[in-house]
Amino acid sequence: MTDEKVIEVKDLVKKFGSFIANDHLSFNVHRGEIFGFLGANGAGKTTAIRILSGLSKPSSGEVKVAGYDIYRHAEQVKRHIGYMCQKFSLYEDLTVAENIMLYGGIYGMPGKEIKNKTGTLLESLDFTGYRKRIIGDLPLGIRQKLAFAVAIFHKPDIVFLDEPTGGVDPITRRQFWEMIYKAADDGITIFVTTHYMDEAEYCDRVSIMSEGKIIDIDSPAQLKKKYGSPSIQDVFVKIARPANNK
Amino acid sequence: MIRAENISMSFNGTRALESVSLNVDKSELFGLIGPDGAGKTTFFRIVTTLLIPEKGKVSINKLDTVDDYRALRKNIGYMPGRFSLYQDLTVEENLAFYATVFGTTVKENYHLISDIYSHIEPFKKRRAGKLSGGMKQKLALCCALIHAPELIVLDEPTTGVDAVSRTEFWEMLKKLQGEGITILVSTPYMDEAVLCDRVALIQKGRILGIDKPGSITGNFSKEIYAIKGRDKFRLIRDLRDRETVESVNPFGDSVHVTFSGNEYDENLLEYLEDKGHNDPGAELIEPGIEDVFLELMSKEEND
Amino acid sequence: MKRLAGFIKKEFIHIFRDFRTLIFLFGIPAAQILIFGFAVRTDIKNAGIAVLDKAKDEISTGLISKLESSDFFILKENLMTDTRIDEVFKTGEIKAVFIFESEFGKTLINEGSANIQIIADGSEPNVANLVTSYSRAIISDYTMELNRAEETSAIPVEPEVKMYYNPNLESQYMFVPGVIAIVLLLTCAMMTSVTITREEEFGTMEVLLVSPLKPIQVILGKVMPYFLLSLIDVVFILFLSWLVFDIPIRGSLILLMLESMLYIMMGLSLGIMISTLARTMQQAMFTSLLGLMLPAIVLSGFVFPVESMPEIYNWLSSIIPPRWFVTIVKNIMVKGTDFSFVIKETFILLAMTLLFITLSTTRFKKRLE
Repeated sequence: MTDEKVIEVKDLVKKFGSFIANDHLSFNVHRGEIFGFLGANGAGKTTAIRILSGLSKPSSGEVKVAGYDIYRHAEQVKRHIGYMCQKFSLYEDLTVAENIMLYGGIYGMPGKEIKNKTGTLLESLDFTGYRKRIIGDLPLGIRQKLAFAVAIFHKPDIVFLDEPTGGVDPITRRQFWEMIYKAADDGITIFVTTHYMDEAEYCDRVSIMSEGKIIDIDSPAQLKKKYGSPSIQDVFVKIARPANNK
Repeated sequence: MIRAENISMSFNGTRALESVSLNVDKSELFGLIGPDGAGKTTFFRIVTTLLIPEKGKVSINKLDTVDDYRALRKNIGYMPGRFSLYQDLTVEENLAFYATVFGTTVKENYHLISDIYSHIEPFKKRRAGKLSGGMKQKLALCCALIHAPELIVLDEPTTGVDAVSRTEFWEMLKKLQGEGITILVSTPYMDEAVLCDRVALIQKGRILGIDKPGSITGNFSKEIYAIKGRDKFRLIRDLRDRETVESVNPFGDSVHVTFSGNEYDENLLEYLEDKGHNDPGAELIEPGIEDVFLELMSKEEND
Repeated sequence: MKRLAGFIKKEFIHIFRDFRTLIFLFGIPAAQILIFGFAVRTDIKNAGIAVLDKAKDEISTGLISKLESSDFFILKENLMTDTRIDEVFKTGEIKAVFIFESEFGKTLINEGSANIQIIADGSEPNVANLVTSYSRAIISDYTMELNRAEETSAIPVEPEVKMYYNPNLESQYMFVPGVIAIVLLLTCAMMTSVTITREEEFGTMEVLLVSPLKPIQVILGKVMPYFLLSLIDVVFILFLSWLVFDIPIRGSLILLMLESMLYIMMGLSLGIMISTLARTMQQAMFTSLLGLMLPAIVLSGFVFPVESMPEIYNWLSSIIPPRWFVTIVKNIMVKGTDFSFVIKETFILLAMTLLFITLSTTRFKKRLE
């Protein structure tokens, strides 16, 4: 992790009519950091991520992603980020190589470069044998790892992961996190949203949102110490339970 | 209450279940813990009379799931993996519908669900499709309970639901259990295992072990150390390079390590410092369910 | 019974809450009736005609110029021989040919009557009908003039009308039976199959199967609302075509409704059968659209008369239910016949219905596969 900031958010507000989805969010994420973005359903996470990935404009506030202003350079922002979610990531009816080709193409990589890098990618994952296999036929764990590799294939500055390892077996899950550690070591910032607090434990820092506001933001160890909790799960339940739901 | 003997099942040549046997007692909260694709859903569909096993028998209260399925269906509450709600029906319409389907009324069994329903009652005019994950889950549970079944079978009820709602959900299950309802629940999340009376760990269609959560971890033979360091990527790599280290598994903010011969390597921290890790730490810890699962899985894989 | 009632109530909520279903049920038939109704032209102007005047006397040329001077017709060609008739029809520009027998005027005066043969292009039944009725009017007008001039008693001229291509001249209102057949097939087969597969896709079927509901109750619950709505749909289409285009029902309305019920049941059982074959809503939709709609439109006699189809299509069309239903409706509605004329068709539909019901109930699952 370096001190360079790749996500800078200051006083971000997003309103839908009179409903405030994001209420003055301010936070920074550093290059190579693994950042967990937590919150209950409806806390405003999805809204914030849509803004960070250039899909929607904030009502007010400053947001810079990968050095680009989100208001003026949304297209540049999209070019410098990657995205992976557990439910849908790769086209199930295409082969491994075809999927990589497709994503490389979407991000404007030249065909030759895609070809060369596909080889390196598959080798590094020890997946060379799967090159011509249809995604739908592969086990979930392998698909998951491939999906992540594809999401960072174009060397984005930031990759957004939505519940990346939910439901995956414990061994594959650890292999997956090792891939994430490696990507972070290579300078890619990892932005994770998840409902699963054990996934949050792997992050360098986590922020916890509730009702549109960030309640706290710190490393898992510090948060546990601060709230006297044995786990992030416990911290989360303590501070993120919305008032009307107690 | 449930007796499953040597259940085997396969789909198009792929094994989904292999000689699964387990018993669930009356008013027990029994958990089936395993990753996606382990065979949990298949097992539940056999228990709920939706599938006929290739081999083996399941009986519930001495009624066979194949021969006596008509009688059994009156007594089982089932909540499938995808919350089976009618998205275009409102909360109360969903509930009323399931009540009539099971030949009862909401009023008759309201006492059973009142606790859970109170959470969603303010939104009773809202369509189920517009509810949050947590509320959908509670509504689906109400629908599964409305005919006062003796057994409820919940397939991954907490998947896709936020941590707060999950905690509440488990509190509700405990309460239902207190009222004498037998609960069979599955989850891919190891941390939920401790909330069950007994759990079965399942992987690739095979049961790795059945026991009380405490006993499962208590019987774990190896000492586990949690190693901490700032740069986890290099920490993992350096730990793997060390001969005395047997297994290395990242676990949240630390790395769980066992040593060959079950003997702590006194020189480990020094070695790590030499490798450039600032202020590494090692701590002997209690193993968790996930540690056991990892151990059992790697054993299984080596067999 | 209470369970079934609850199920049906739920099904109605689905239908009324989904705007698209209602559009499907009432918007599409309305649009079809209006489009077909207006596409069928109700007046003609400047229709091309040809004459074959074998008499070439004063009276025949007088009549020809009378025809020509009306706004309705344009004389395109004076034919010399009978063999040209076929050729001019093939050009498509000629809607009717008028043939005067030789010594037309003489015969008329001497014998008191004479013959004109009018051959009209039956491939456009509506136009043909109009052409002949207009020319009849012109001819009788002309003979009246003659009478006045000659101050003799009435001299009838008998036009003998023949239809080319479509000898019986099927009614121009053929589209109403066709629309009913297709709309019912759509609502019944497609909608039931889609709503059943929807339950499977959303996982609600799993719970229904685990419940004490019997499969027959699930099926009935699914089907009853569509049965009712389809019946309303029939009435709606008949009413609309009567209201806008004055299309009458010549035969018994009760018989027509009973036959419709039979056809609806056929459609519903077909829908259930499709749902047992399709895994997703999309599959169900495509199967219904391509597998049912297309043949129904092309082969039912709705667009192309069954009689003029090549053998193989004719044979194919006899295995699709709409063909028989179109015949039934046509007979009752347009020709005004009674049950004795549609017995064969009714029994064929009945047999098809029983077949589909048997197939779908045996395939409908008590369990998951």
